Amino acid sequence: MESLNLFVKSIFVDNMIFAYFLGMCSFLAVSKNVKTAAGLGVAVIFVLGVTLPINYLLNKYLLSPGSLTWISPELANVDLSFLSFIIFIAVIASFVQLVEMVVEKFSPSLYSSLGIFLPLIAVNCAILGASLFMQQKAFATLGLATCYGLGSGVGWFLAIVSIAAIREKITYSNIPKPLQGLGITFIIAGLMAIAFMGFMGINF
Amino acid sequence: MDKKVFTTPILKQNPITVLVLGICSALAVTVKLEPAIVMAISVTLVTGLSSFLISLIRKTIPNRIRIIVQLVVVAMFVILIEQILKAYVYDVSKQLSVYVGLIITNCIIMGRIEAFGLTEKPLPSLVDGLANGLGYGLILIVVAFFRELIGSGTLFGAQIIPQSWYAANGGAYLNNGLFIMPPMALILIGCLIWIQRSIQKEDK
Repeated sequence: MESLNLFVKSIFVDNMIFAYFLGMCSFLAVSKNVKTAAGLGVAVIFVLGVTLPINYLLNKYLLSPGSLTWISPELANVDLSFLSFIIFIAVIASFVQLVEMVVEKFSPSLYSSLGIFLPLIAVNCAILGASLFMQQKAFATLGLATCYGLGSGVGWFLAIVSIAAIREKITYSNIPKPLQGLGITFIIAGLMAIAFMGFMGINF
Repeated sequence: MDKKVFTTPILKQNPITVLVLGICSALAVTVKLEPAIVMAISVTLVTGLSSFLISLIRKTIPNRIRIIVQLVVVAMFVILIEQILKAYVYDVSKQLSVYVGLIITNCIIMGRIEAFGLTEKPLPSLVDGLANGLGYGLILIVVAFFRELIGSGTLFGAQIIPQSWYAANGGAYLNNGLFIMPPMALILIGCLIWIQRSIQKEDK
């Protein structure tokens, strides 16, 4: 039950984009049509769902204060948490590169449709952000951390697909010239964020 | 050195409103002016210094793994900044929470390194990085100014709206709580882009 609760909460209430502004850059740049937006969304869900458990384990057994006791009890005072940024980003970047190579080798068709987004994901704030939030929230089990990662990914997917759909619809609207493109996208995102605030307080 | 390298990123080619880079982690820190200014300074330093360092070693970085090299350089500077913030302005670093770490994935930094640092000499890269950071900081401070003034009636934590205006003291004024919530930051940026693009069109 706790994991379902966390999953739903991270999709709607703690939505990566509308509550924390994470992954805004690609959210704005790649939301011109629904198909590519969905492709990037799926890639984000996948990368989040894999890197978050890895980073959780690294954090639990390597980085957080006193976590090295499994090697020897003398290491209880070692605190490596200042290294967490560099370790997390290295895991994410190398995982993304690995996925890119694997996909390129085994499924060229998927690579041609997803490939261009993969390098973008390494610098997507939502991925690193989720790992940092995971560290801050200190989840009890690996399962919960995975749920949080998948939930955040699905929330991000939902946000980018819906804004892409709206942007497709407004292509022919009569918008003041200086507001066209980026300006109106920001305002739409703001209005969507207000709508998402309606989910606040969801609980199971 | 050309003076333009310094001046264009601040207004004409502003990284946020024109190039749409680095919105990711920025908006969440603009509820109050103080963290916004600290964030602006940190990002300016990181952009400048990492551009400078990458430019120094640009001839030795193999092209295929340059993203990882760049991320590691940026992460190193961000760790330095984080430790300094924790040591000297602990309260602000608590308020900024994960967003200090997210400077690593701030698109401005990677964008400037890719577009400028990798090809130009170290000194212009330093100036270009600093100027882009300042342009980013300018928007951050403008947004934070309005959000803090309208949302909580204060600037730098000092009361600006007179106490006697408030409904509780017999006046008719209420703080606009929406400005503290995430959506208003998006809408404010949308309006800033609108204003800037209308002005720039007149220049041409």
